[in-house]
Formats: sequence, structure tokens, C-alpha cells
Amino acid sequence: MYSKDGEDYFVVDAHIALWDARQENQRNVHGKQFIDCFYDYHRNLSPESEVWPYEEYLYQGGERLMRDVFGNGIVDHAIFQPARLGEFYHRGFGQTEEAFALAQEHPDKLTYNHWWDPRDGENGLDQLRADAERFGLKGVKLYTADWHGESRGWKLTDPMAYRYLEACRELGITNIHIHKGPTIRPLDRDAFDVADVDHAATDFTDLNFIVEHCGLPRLEDFCWIATQEPNVYAGLAVAIPFIHTRPRYFAQIMGELVYWLGEDRILFSSDYALWTPTWLVERFVDFQIPEDMAEYAALTTEVKKKVLGLNAAKLYDLPVPERLRLPDAAEPATGPRQPAAADLAMS
Amino acid sequence: MLLAGPTETDVRAALGAVVDPELDEPITDLGFVRSLTVTGSAVEVHLRLPTSFCAPNFAWLMCADAHDAVSAVPGVGRVVVELDDHHDSDLINRGLAAGAGYRGTFGHEAEESLDELRATFQRKAHTAAMERALTALLRADRSRTEADVHRLTLGDLPTGAPTTAALLRRRATLGLPTDDAAPVLVAADGTPPAPAEAALFLRKARSVRISVDGNAHFCRGLLATRYPGAEADQTHRSSVDDVPLPGPTRPTIPLEVLS
Repeated sequence: MYSKDGEDYFVVDAHIALWDARQENQRNVHGKQFIDCFYDYHRNLSPESEVWPYEEYLYQGGERLMRDVFGNGIVDHAIFQPARLGEFYHRGFGQTEEAFALAQEHPDKLTYNHWWDPRDGENGLDQLRADAERFGLKGVKLYTADWHGESRGWKLTDPMAYRYLEACRELGITNIHIHKGPTIRPLDRDAFDVADVDHAATDFTDLNFIVEHCGLPRLEDFCWIATQEPNVYAGLAVAIPFIHTRPRYFAQIMGELVYWLGEDRILFSSDYALWTPTWLVERFVDFQIPEDMAEYAALTTEVKKKVLGLNAAKLYDLPVPERLRLPDAAEPATGPRQPAAADLAMS
Repeated sequence: MLLAGPTETDVRAALGAVVDPELDEPITDLGFVRSLTVTGSAVEVHLRLPTSFCAPNFAWLMCADAHDAVSAVPGVGRVVVELDDHHDSDLINRGLAAGAGYRGTFGHEAEESLDELRATFQRKAHTAAMERALTALLRADRSRTEADVHRLTLGDLPTGAPTTAALLRRRATLGLPTDDAAPVLVAADGTPPAPAEAALFLRKARSVRISVDGNAHFCRGLLATRYPGAEADQTHRSSVDDVPLPGPTRPTIPLEVLS
């Protein structure tokens, strides 16, 4: 829990990882390119005092993770969102066994989500059922830009992906976290397109679709979809560190998200170990939309409490002390919309 | 008479017409031109991008456009354009050297052409330019409100302002009218929204502009992190959001306490 100026914030970090990108786990040059890309994100968007040496960045291990995420008592609960990246790393990027063991050791603090990939076909479906039972899954992390043999990406609307979503529904895996990345076939079209989320969210209204990085770099398309689909959520991973380097841009992101989605569907995420949660929580609580951006409403303490933890706690049924809970807000003026309003879309 | 060889200035100017389709800014302003060598009539250009995993379709478009732009400079003979340090560098550089084209280069990952992709981002570029022009106007004149924007025509925009000039260029690209009487707030096909929907229409355009500008912030910053010193090669597009207008800072206590 974080306390500031007499206010208490229940904090859920909705996106953390326990990765291993050390050289001995790199399968090819892409394994190095991938972690180097992460490290550039880290160096570019972190305050100088929070920048780690490259060697430390490659792997943290469970002990350090517990210290970095929970050491000062600010974060109440965190959720693993592992990326498989089996084509880049011998033992994958997210370390399943290590992360799951840690979650078993600290069930009050950690939730382990796993991944699936529709390109694993029928065998993958069997594996998903086994994983759901073993890990007690409430959520999964999907990475549609993952490489798989000849394929460099997939869509939520692929028929096999629908089979997996149906299995999730049946197994009670209600939280579908999706990270969109480039390289989705065909390259003729927008490689960051989020339209498949729209279709899946319409067809699986009993599942929650949490779009990581709030759809960036397609914030506008994401917002438009989320206004029409009440089961679509924004994860702030990667967006929130702009609070340091580009606070005015971050103000616009928050302004847009609250305007289009309302305050109940935005989730705080540090994306650890890309960044650590402490400085992000502290900055976010102190943050305000600049006065001259008159097009946006101010961020109230209630909005911050919901974003920092209450919204994620609701999705994952985490116990929140009674005194810290808040009621849901009314629907935002902008949505959810009638499908007929979709003709306002411009692209 | 022998044709004079191309100069580095000529070639750089030609590359200035190549834009990142997603960010709608010249690759020269973004710092994506890593090196440029002119030897007699031969030109070699190296491009660089903010990450190894930038979308390969956009990478291809910029490399192919750079190749075309340099080849069209009078006096240029052999042209080599290479993309450095990208996960698809080998694939793209081989395809460019062989003149294999987009489909010849990407094989099963390509279906038809990149024309529709390019058109999608030309529409977004127009939407963002339209919002920049209107927001600049609304911020400069606080008596105007978002509810009035549907009445504005191109003639109401300040002549010669960068935001106006940029909008007119994007309209010309889409084949939209550029005369003073034409409404500013239109969809990419030229249709204005109904007056009652105009404010929401502008909000939607704003989210497009924020997305484009935000991506540009991100890409510029990552490029400079990845290639120290690259920031010296970058020129920033001025934005209505760069400099806050003078005024009181909003207090951080909840608004309801104030009222």
C-alpha cells in the first residue's frame, strides 16, 4: 500500500516478468536484439537514478524481483505476464518454473498468468487445459507478434485462436492480456492493427481483454474500440514511464483514456523489469494534467486509486480492505457506443 | 558536355522528400539517415531505425522510397541503399540490391502491395494535420469552442502558418479541395460530420494526432538512445503542445475540494 497526503492507495502491478535474456539462453541474434531493444526502452524512459547496468538487466532472479517489486511495501500484488519467445531463447524469455514457484511461495502477493499460442494447434489446447489446472489460471498473456517457425505473427480472429478463447471461457480464464507488436502477416496492412481485439471482444463478452501498452502505437484505434466494447481494458505498461520523460504526452494519454474509456478500465503496470514500480507509483500519485490542456478533466484521487490497483483487483478478485474500495463510476459520456456510431471512425 | 556529378546536398534534399509513413515526417528530420556517401555518380545511403524490431513493412517503404528518390537525382548512377541493424536487414538489403520489389523480398508474408497501407497512413496524416490546425486556432482564440469548429473553412486558418501549410499539403495528397471556402473539418473522403457530431469528430481526430505525435516522441528518443549523437541529426516538428501557455498551474488536490 502506498500512502501520501493522508490518502491510501491499494497497488496492483498488473504486468511484471521474470525473464532470462542472458547470453547462454539466447538462441540467435534476435534474442540479443530483443533484450537490447528492451534495454533501450529502459535507458530512454527511466530517470537517471533508476537506470541499471546492462548485465543486471539481462536477468534478475526471484530474490531480486521480490525486493524490486515489493521491497518497500508499496505494491500489494503483482501479476506475471510472461512472453514465450521460443524462437529467440532456448528456454523461452519468461521463466515459467521460476515465476510459478515464486507465486506459490507468495500467493498473497503474486499471481501467475501463462501464455498460449494458437499455432500450437490441438496439442496446445491440451497443454492449455493442463496449464490451467496446474497454475490455477485466471488470466493469460498473448503476444500476437511472437515468431513460430515460418510465421511471424497471428491474430485473435484466427479460427484456432477462437478455439483457445472458447477453452479459456470454459476453464474460467477470464482475463486475456494482449500485446500487439509488428510483423503480423500480411505485411500489406498495418502491422499494429488492433481490430482483431474488437471482433474477439464482441464475440466473447464474458472475457476481459486487457490491451497492453493501451494499444500504442495505435492509441486512437484502441480508444475507439474500447468505447464500443465494455469488456476492453487499457494496460499502462510502457505508456506510464512517459510520466518522467514526456509528462505532457503522458497527460494526453491519460486524458484520452479517461475520456474514451472512463476511470474503471485502466490498469497500472510497471512492466518490470523494464521499469521498477516504486518511482512510477510515486510519480503517478503526484501527477496532474497541466492546466493549459483544457480539453481534459483533472485526474482525481479516486481515478488514481482505481488505476493504481482497484481496477485490477476487481478483475483478479484480489481482497481489498473495505475502507479502500470505491464504487464504479457512471459510464463515460462517450460510451459504450451503439454500433451505428462507428461510422464516425475516420480511417 | 559531361553531366556534373550529384552533390551530397542534392542527395540529402531528395531524401528529405521520403517520409516515415507512420510518423508523417521526413526521414532526414527523424535522424534515420545514418550516412550518405557520394563517389562520382555512385551514391551509398545507410538508414537506421529506433529499434531492431520496427515494423518491416514501414522499413521497406522507407528504404524503397529512399532508393527511388536518390535514383531520380540528375547525374546519379549506381545507388546502394542499406538498412542497418534491423532484424530484417539481410532480407531487405538483398531485396533492394536485387530490385526484387516488396513481394519478391517478403515472399509468403506479402499478399498484394503496400498501396493500401500507404493510403491508410496518408488518411491518418491528414486527420492529424487537420486537428493540429484546428487546435492551434482554438488555443490562440479562446472565444472559439469545439462546438464551432464545423463552421470553419480553410480561409479561417492563418495564411502561411506551418499548421495551415501542412494541412493543405495533406489535403492535396488525398485530392481534397484546398480553396478558402472548403470546410476544415472533414473525413478523409471530404465528407464533413453533421454539426451535432463535430465536437466528437474533433476529439477522435485529436486521439489520432496524439498517437502520431507520441509515436514520433518515442521513435526520436529511442533512436538517440540507440545511436548516441543521433539527436544532433534530428529536427523537431513544432507542436501546439510543446510549450504550455502561461496560466495558473492546476492544484493537485481533488477538484471537488475546490468547489
